[in-house]
Order: sequence, then C-alpha cells, then structure tokens
Amino acid sequence: MTSLPANPPSPTVPAAPVRTGALRALQVFGRSFGTVWSNGKARVGLVILAVFVLVAIFAPVLAPYSPHANDFTPDAGGSSAHLLGTTGAGEDVLSQLLYGARVSIVVGFVAGGLSTLVAVAVGLSWGYLRNWLGEVVNFVVNLFLVVPGLPLMIIIAAYLQNGGLPVIVLVVVITGWAWGARVLRAQTQSLRSRDFVTAALFSGESASRVVFREILPNMTSMIAGSFFGAATAAVLAESGLSFLGLGDPFTVSWGSMLYWAQNSNALLTGQWVLLFAPGLCVALLATAMTLVNFGVDGLSNPRLREGNGR
Amino acid sequence: MRYILRKFGLLLLTLWAAVTLNYALPRLMPGSPADAAVAKLSQNGPVAPSTRAAIEAQLGVPTGSWWHQYTQYLDNVVHLRFGVSYTFFPQSVSSMVGQALPWTLVMVGLVTVLAFVVGSLIGVAAAWRRGTWLDSLPTLSGAFLAAFPYFWTALLLVFFVGYVFGWFPTSGAYSADAVPNLSFGFVGDSLYHAVLPALTILITSLGGWILGMRNTMIGTIGEDYVTFAEANGLRGRTVALRYAARNALLPNLTGFGMALGGVVGGSLLVEQVFNYPGVGHLLYSAVTNHDYPLMQALFLMITVCVLVANFIVDVLYGVLDPRTRR
Repeated sequence: MTSLPANPPSPTVPAAPVRTGALRALQVFGRSFGTVWSNGKARVGLVILAVFVLVAIFAPVLAPYSPHANDFTPDAGGSSAHLLGTTGAGEDVLSQLLYGARVSIVVGFVAGGLSTLVAVAVGLSWGYLRNWLGEVVNFVVNLFLVVPGLPLMIIIAAYLQNGGLPVIVLVVVITGWAWGARVLRAQTQSLRSRDFVTAALFSGESASRVVFREILPNMTSMIAGSFFGAATAAVLAESGLSFLGLGDPFTVSWGSMLYWAQNSNALLTGQWVLLFAPGLCVALLATAMTLVNFGVDGLSNPRLREGNGR
Repeated sequence: MRYILRKFGLLLLTLWAAVTLNYALPRLMPGSPADAAVAKLSQNGPVAPSTRAAIEAQLGVPTGSWWHQYTQYLDNVVHLRFGVSYTFFPQSVSSMVGQALPWTLVMVGLVTVLAFVVGSLIGVAAAWRRGTWLDSLPTLSGAFLAAFPYFWTALLLVFFVGYVFGWFPTSGAYSADAVPNLSFGFVGDSLYHAVLPALTILITSLGGWILGMRNTMIGTIGEDYVTFAEANGLRGRTVALRYAARNALLPNLTGFGMALGGVVGGSLLVEQVFNYPGVGHLLYSAVTNHDYPLMQALFLMITVCVLVANFIVDVLYGVLDPRTRR
C-alpha cells in the first residue's frame, strides 16, 4: 500500500494496466496538492511562496540595478529612480531586496531539505529499532532538542570565520534535524505495529525495504511538514546569523542588508524603508511556509482540515 | 519522588553531555585560540616568538594527552574557572558572565513565562471558537508573528516607539548616570529600560504558544469527556477551561521546554539591538573579538540555564500529571 491512508484512490480513475509507478506518484502528489490547496490558509501561503521563488529566479530581470552598484547618492529616500531609496553605501535598496530573495530561498530549501534527509534517516531507523541503541539515539536527539540552537550556530559560525552560505547551511542542518527526527520516529513506531508491516516482514522483506518501501510512503505528509518547518527555521536562522555579520557580509541577503543598515545608523538618517522591507520579506517568507504547513497538517490529520468545525 | 530522581539523573547526564560538547567544539574546529590572538596582535606589527610563548602560557594552551586535558577541563568547569577574557582583559571570564547573567535571566525568564500564559489562554479561546473570527484572527496573526525575526521586531520597536515617538529608552538596561543598587529608583529605572526588549520577546514568542495550544486543544475538544461535560449542561467556560484546557496544557508544557532554547536564542539578538548588557550582548562582543574563552563559557552557561529550566518544567509536569508519578 503506497497511497496515503486518508486518501483512498479515487474511483473515477480507471485502473488501467498502463499506470506506471511514476504516474501513480504524480497522481498521489496531485491529490495531496489538492488537499493542501483546498485549505484557505495554505493557498495564501503557496501563492506567497511562489511569488518569492519567481522573484529569486528572475531577480536579474526584475532588479533595476546590480545589487553591488554603489555609485548612487547614499542615504536617499524613495524616488522614481530608486523606488525604495538607497543604502548608506549608495546601493539601490530595491535591487538588493530582489537579489536577497535568492539567498533566503536557496538556504531555506537546501538547509530544509538536508535537515529533512537527516531527520528521515534518523527518525525511521530509530523508530524501527527496539533495542538499547534506540535509547542512545533518544538521548542524542533530546540533547540536540534542548541545546539552544542559535547560540550553538553562533559559536560554530564564529569558529568557521566568513565561510559564507555553505557554513550557514551546515550549522542550520546541524542544529535543525532533531525536531523532525522525533516526529518521524513517533509515527514510525505507531506504523511499525500495523498489520501490513507484519505481513511484509513475514513475506521475508529485509528491514531496510520494510522501512523505506512500506513505512516511508505512509509518512509523506509528515515529511513534507517537517521540510517546511525546517525550511522556515533555516530562513530565520540565516537572517539572524547574517544580521550579526557572521555570514559573508558581502553576500546580499535580507539579513546582511539589516546588518549594514544598523551599522550605518539607518535609524538616525530616517531610512525606515531600509529597516522595514528586508525584515518584512523574511517574515512573509517564513509565514508563507508556516501557512503551507496548515494545509499539510490536514493531509495526515483530517480533524485539522478546514470547514469541518467541531 | 522516583520520577523526580530519574529526571534529576537525566539532567546530570545531559549536563555532562553539554559540557563535553563544549569541550569538543573548539578542538574540532580549524585553527587555535592562541593563533587567533597572535593574528590580532600581528595586525599592529610582527610578533616575537617570546611574545607568542607568553600568549600561549597566558591563554592556557593545553598540553598533555586529551584525557589529561579533559579532566583538567572538567575540574575547571566545576570550579567555574574559565580563564581570562581577552576582550575585557584583565577581567576573568567568570566575573564577566556573572555580571551579564542576572539581566538576561530576570528579563527573559519573566517575559517567557508571561508569554506562555497569555499565548496559551488565547490558544484556548481560539480552539473553543473554532471557525469564527476569534479563531482565525489569533491563528493568522500568530503564524505571522511567529515568523518575525526577533531582531526585526526589536529594530521596528526601536525605530517607531523609541525613536519616532520617544516613549521608551532604546539602549542599555539603566540610565548612564545610574549606579546599580537595589533602591526603588534604580529598579524603576531598569524596568523602564526593559520595556522595549521585553515587549519584543513577548510579541515574537506569543504566536508559537497560541498555535501550539490551539492545535492540542482541538484534539482534546474532540474527546468524549468534553462532549459528556457539555451534555451535562455545564457552562461553556467551565468545560473549556476545567475540562479541555487542563488536559491540553500538559503536552504544551513539554513543548514549552523544547521551545525555550529558541526563545533564549532570539533574545540574544534582541539584547544585541537594544545594547542590553545581558548574555547575548556579551556573546556578540566575544564573537566579534574572537574571544574564545568568553564565548565558550557563555555558551555553556546558556545551555546550563536552558537545561535547568527544562528540568523544572519536567518536575512541574510530574506535579500536574499524576500518571507520571507511578
């Protein structure tokens, strides 16, 4: 059984023999997307997310200037040439904002994806284990859950000075995988005692096949949920580290824009747009992913779907 | 009692693991603290080998086997000997941490508990009025607030409330001419300075508590005993608070322990924006000056505080839920 238990295959689709694995996966994906889309909050999130992704891809087309061009009048307010004004170093704020989307989107997706990979690997094998090793993993995961993430990131980033984006992605993954692992482990444990897993074991399937081919497909929605959760955390962490100047301060990101804004006393020059816009973008992107998760929650827990009150 | 003892044993084990992590981190990283200090000095001119030897001796560059170093390190940690800060030379790291810690503990601690209580109450109301504006407004704004970077909320408050309107001070924990003591005047002055940092943490952490409580509450509302209480004709508020919310609170308390690390991390950035003389501000200056002894000690203290807070939450959980005491 590879489809989600909450969504039995729709009877209107004829079970034609040509239905390949890829096609079926596509159908499952389409149906899941439909469930997420049917949630109003998730729909808003998906639209915002799509806008940011498009901006990140087409930043060179959309931006009026290069984000590094600094030959404009510094500290200027909004004008027709510079809609959002210029920075203290004389760069165009709008262009930096558009290019900044790239860093946040890439860090969010890459770090979120890598954390989810680690979380899936640890969570599934850990949930499947029933010996003392499980207790050891339990201790390690709990340790990573309670050790405050941001201070740990700051320390690691301080040792690996000015490593730029790869270092930020690395520290976000190191500190971000534990939550997903815990959630996925709980679900693995509950699925493990179901009849279809026992049947698969009796038919002689190997442990890795049971875990990755029988149990894993039933957790698609939880994996998607922990991906968006990890990506949100990654976007926020990147902006925080860049704001402290621990990333590469010459990469144009929303966090580094705020770093330079604070360092050039944008408050005193009244450049409120420069302070307001990058943070708003971080908040909007993170909100969008949280909103998508409202719909993803509904995939696995029909009680949380919209429209059916209590 | 056995429950508390078991949790205490776990606390000790976790503390040991955190201390060991703290020991291992700098040793896993490329470069050495003495090299960094020499590099900083060499910006002013060439460093003589004798100077370098003196720096190494002063920074206590460890010699001997790793086991010897490790036991030495554990001994130092137990006696709170963390060496000398190079940024605030000749102050010891312990005294620097000791000066900063109370500011963070009091401000962040009080605000976090307040945010948890207020957020949970709003979450209860939202779940109880599911599907009305009383649900969607807090849920949506909660999701939006939880997505705010802490430092951004701080910057906005500094700009609008502090700078444009000038209602509250935007920097420091007390007036420049005040001398720290326990008089009413000084406490009032420091409360006045704490308003904006505290408000930042309150606003930004509220959303998470609202969402968490709402989701567990929706689960408990579906339980039979809630329907039964309603069928018995109990007042709505009684059912919501005494039947549903009481049970929904327990899993959320565990969530509180887990989320604490995030709030503490966020408040470090808030302190940086407000120049608040707490742990976060000190950590920032340690990091920018590559002051590794100070940085390590601060990270250890932050971790220990969060672990102890988690232990207190666990004990509280045991008091509130009789099932754990079996």
